This record gives sequence, C-alpha cells and structure tokens, in this order.
Amino acid sequence: MTTIDPTVTPGASEHIKAPKEEHRINWLQTGLLVLGTLAVLVPIYFAITMSLKTGRQAASGTGLDWPSPFEFGNFRAAWELTHFPRAFAVSLSISVLAVAGQLIVSSLAAYAIARNWHRRLFRWSYFYLLAAMFIPFPVVALPQVKLTSMVGLDNPLGVAVLHILFGISFNLLLYTAFLRSVPYELEESARIDGCTTWQTFWKIIFPLLAPMNATVGIFAFLMSWNDFMMPSLIIGDPSLQTLPVVQKIFQLKFSSNYNVAFASYLMAMAPTLLAYLFAQRWVMSGVTRGAIK
Amino acid sequence: MSAPAAIRTRPARSTAPPSPATARRRRADRTYYLMLVPAVLLFTVFISLTGLVGMFYSLTNYAGFGDWKFIGLRNYTSMLGDPRILESYGFTIWFAVVTTVVVNAVALLLAIGLNGRIKWKTGLRGIYFIPMVISGIVIAYVFNYLFSTAAPALATQLGWTAGQSSILANENWAWVAVVIVTAWQATPSALIIYLAGLMAIPKEVYEAAELDGAGGWRRFRSITFPLLIGYVVINTILGFKGFLNAYDIIVGLTNGGPGTATMSVAMTIFSGFDGGEYAFQMANAVVFFVFTVAVSLLQLLFVRNREVNL
Repeated sequence: MTTIDPTVTPGASEHIKAPKEEHRINWLQTGLLVLGTLAVLVPIYFAITMSLKTGRQAASGTGLDWPSPFEFGNFRAAWELTHFPRAFAVSLSISVLAVAGQLIVSSLAAYAIARNWHRRLFRWSYFYLLAAMFIPFPVVALPQVKLTSMVGLDNPLGVAVLHILFGISFNLLLYTAFLRSVPYELEESARIDGCTTWQTFWKIIFPLLAPMNATVGIFAFLMSWNDFMMPSLIIGDPSLQTLPVVQKIFQLKFSSNYNVAFASYLMAMAPTLLAYLFAQRWVMSGVTRGAIK
Repeated sequence: MSAPAAIRTRPARSTAPPSPATARRRRADRTYYLMLVPAVLLFTVFISLTGLVGMFYSLTNYAGFGDWKFIGLRNYTSMLGDPRILESYGFTIWFAVVTTVVVNAVALLLAIGLNGRIKWKTGLRGIYFIPMVISGIVIAYVFNYLFSTAAPALATQLGWTAGQSSILANENWAWVAVVIVTAWQATPSALIIYLAGLMAIPKEVYEAAELDGAGGWRRFRSITFPLLIGYVVINTILGFKGFLNAYDIIVGLTNGGPGTATMSVAMTIFSGFDGGEYAFQMANAVVFFVFTVAVSLLQLLFVRNREVNL
C-alpha cells in the first residue's frame, strides 16, 4: 500500500536514541507509580480473597489476611442465589444489541450527515442529535419509564434501545470527524461502477470505519454492560434484571455473608475484567483513538 | 439483512454515469434520508417528545396515577422551600466540584508519570486503566466493605481511635467516601485524555528547555501545563457533567445516607416514582436540566477564551 521510505519513517529517529534512553530510566518515578497501583489493586485483592474465604474467616478481622482454607463453594452459592446464568444472559443480550445498534444507527446517520453537510436538513439534524449530550438520563427518566411501560418496552429490549439512543451523540461526533478525513474519490469510483448509496456505504465506507467502529464498540459495550441506572428503572420484572442490578437486589440476602457477596461481585466484574486483560492492547488503542478525536 | 430490499427500491441506473457536476446539484439520494431516520426518530420519540410530556406534567399535580389538574408553577415555587431538594443540589454541586478537582489532579500527575522515562510503561498503564472496565455499583459495594468493616478493624488494631467508626456512618464525612470511589472509577478516562495530550507535545520542546537549564517544576509550569490546558478544559467539562448525575456509586455506598447527607439530585428525582410526587420531581428534573445546560454553556464560553494551540 504505502511506499516505504526509510528517511521519513516516523519511528526511525527514536530507534537510534532508544539505547541511550534505556540508561536514563527514572527509578524513583517508576517506584512511585508502582506504589500507586496499590490504590487500584487493593480493592481487587479484597474482592478476590474475600470470595475465597469461609464465612467465619470473612466475618472476622480486617479482611487483609489470605484465605485459609480456600472455600470455592462461595461461587456456587452466589451462582444459585443470584441466578447468575440468567442475569449474565440478560446483561449480554442488552450489551450485544446496544453495541450492534450503536454501530449501525450512528454510522449510518454520520455518513448521511457528512456527505450532505451542504444541505440544511442534514446540518440541523446533526446539531439536533448532538443536543442529546446536554440531556442527562435523570432529566427524562420519569416520563421515559412511563413511556417504555406503556409501549411494552419495560424489559431488556427497552434498555438496549435507550443505550443506543444515549450513545448516538458521542458516536456521531467520532464518526463525522473520521468521515471528513475519508477522501470522496474512493466513493466516486464505486459509484461510477454502478454502486447505489446503500452499497457504497456497506462495501466501501463501513469497512473503512473499522478503527472508529472498534472505539465506538468498546465504549458502547462498557457503558451498556456496567450501567445500573437505566435497567434498574426501566426493567419491571426483577427476574429479567442485569448483573449490576442483581447485586443490589440481593444485598439484603447477602446480609453479612461477605464471602458469598464478594463471590457474586467478583463474578459480576469478571467478564469485563478478563476481556480487558486479554484484549488490553486493542482496548487501549481503541479508547485512545476516542480521546484524540 | 435488509440490503437487497433497499437496493431493489432504487430505479435501475442508466448506462451513462452522471457527470460529477449534475450529481452534486441533484436532490440528495433518498437513501441518505433513510439512513438518518432511525437516529432522528429514536431521539425525537424517546427524548424530545418524552421530555416535553414530562415538562407538561411538571405544571400539574399528577401523582403518577389517577386524575390531575393544572397548578401552574406551584411545583417550582414549593421546590424553593423544600430543604430536601436544596440540600440535594448543595451536595451534588459540592461533590461534583471536589471530584472534578481530585480526578484532574490525580490523572494529570499519573499521566506525567506514565509518560516519563519509566520501566514497565505498558504494564503500569494497563493497571491504572482497570477501574474503567468495572461496574460502578459493584466496586461501590466492595468499597462499602472497606470503609465500613476493614478500615475500622485496621484502625482498632493500630490503636488509632479516630478511624474506628465507619466514615459511611458519619453525616459530615460520608461525602468524602463518595468522592474517593467516584474518583477511583473516573480517573482512567481523564488519564487517557491527558496521555493523548502529552504524546502530542513534541520532545524537542523539552530538550530545548532542558538545554536552557529549566528544572522539572519549571518545565511543567511553563511547557506542559500551558500546552495541556485545552485537555484540562475537556476533562473538566466532561467530568463535571458526568458527576452531576451521580447515582450508582452512591446507591452502593450510602444509599443517600446517613439521613439524607449524600442524596444526589438524580436520587431525589427518582424518588418521584414512589412518593406520589411525580409532578413535583418532574419540576425538579426540569430545573436540573436548565442547570445542566447553563453549566455547559458557561463552560463552553470559558473554553472559547482559553483555547491554546501549539
């Protein structure tokens, strides 16, 4: 694709410098930063160790001690008490719908707007949709709950719809910024070959948007999976609640069984945490792209 | 899935391709309108119309069910005399301001640290980003245990009397716990933006400053901070707006307590579901909306005068 010219390769000059910088590692700074990770790791340490303790050990002391003996039964207890598989399935379906919906609805709208910027209707739609950024969910929550229950959307599907909707303005910003940098000539040639607008979008534009799709997808997934506010208010049937909401519902049943409660918390955290650990590089580059735009 | 159907709706193309000039002058392809429809429709039905209906109810005495009649602005005037409402605004604004400052200070410090000549750069960044992927209410429950059980137990062991009672049960200091957990979760997003900003500063600028004999603090004050001010503004705006909606972390930590010491505006609004206060809390929501917009506009105005470019 691109021609490789060693004199202009961006990383080249840094490569030459690299060995020199290796000697100048600031160990004090490194040490302080390592120490700082305790703020992140201590709560996670507690979540893991508490979930492996026996009820008696969990109820005593500072909780800092290492579990002995290991009690893996906590996970089964939490699994059954919170109906984990069901809550997990609900959370996953909402997140999948929300991610797919946000990708499709926002990229379509962004493409239509970016290619018709000179038309007033499209320009106004852009600002109209962007205005959603100024409307936090609590402002419209009361009538929205009434509306969703009126039209039979007081269920996970309704939550997915709202997640799609509340993501549009941010996604639109990302997509239109990206689309402005896509040369029109790419589409022109597809059109000359007889592609319709719809085909041009799916065959040329959507694949080109891949890096932005990754960014939008990551944000949409995290927002949807971890949301507590919307599902807790919108979903009427407690047996169709998401993982975060289930933690609240069973708070009373956990009472002082910290070990079972923490096993449940850990299982609720695990999916995103594991996904992050395995796809860390990919997630970070996606998220950073969102920050720069 | 629906692609073939959409393709069929278009008339067959003439063999001669339209010249670019006529293509540009032509009416917009109908497909473009169809692409825009889902987003605009969703927005209109679920936000614009719903919001207007809510606004309408704020002028009534609707309890959430049954009959209602117009009562004009009475909901709004009685809001002003309701200490519960005023306190929730007081708490929420104070909380949002403090959290914004804490998050920005910590994130900026971490960003500078993580951008320096350190070992294990990727690994350390990876750890500091973890809080971003964890659900707010779940981590709030974990911290709830830390604050209410682990910390007092540790204080007892160390013989530190002041720390032996839970901060969550203290009416005057429970908000600090809410700030800590919110900052814990919100710092990574600010950190990402600061790191992106730092990477945009060319290394040569620092090298030149170093040659001129500028020390660490001097370099921060005269180069890093001025060049990052745009990012500080972005983080302040995004953070503050988000913190105003504080809800799930408070539910997991204090549930608004002790008493109503940590009731956020969002929590008071949601209380309209069960107290027969539907219309009253709708008025609260309208005021909250006006407040949010006013804050955003003020911030945008401020940004306009402050933008620094390289």
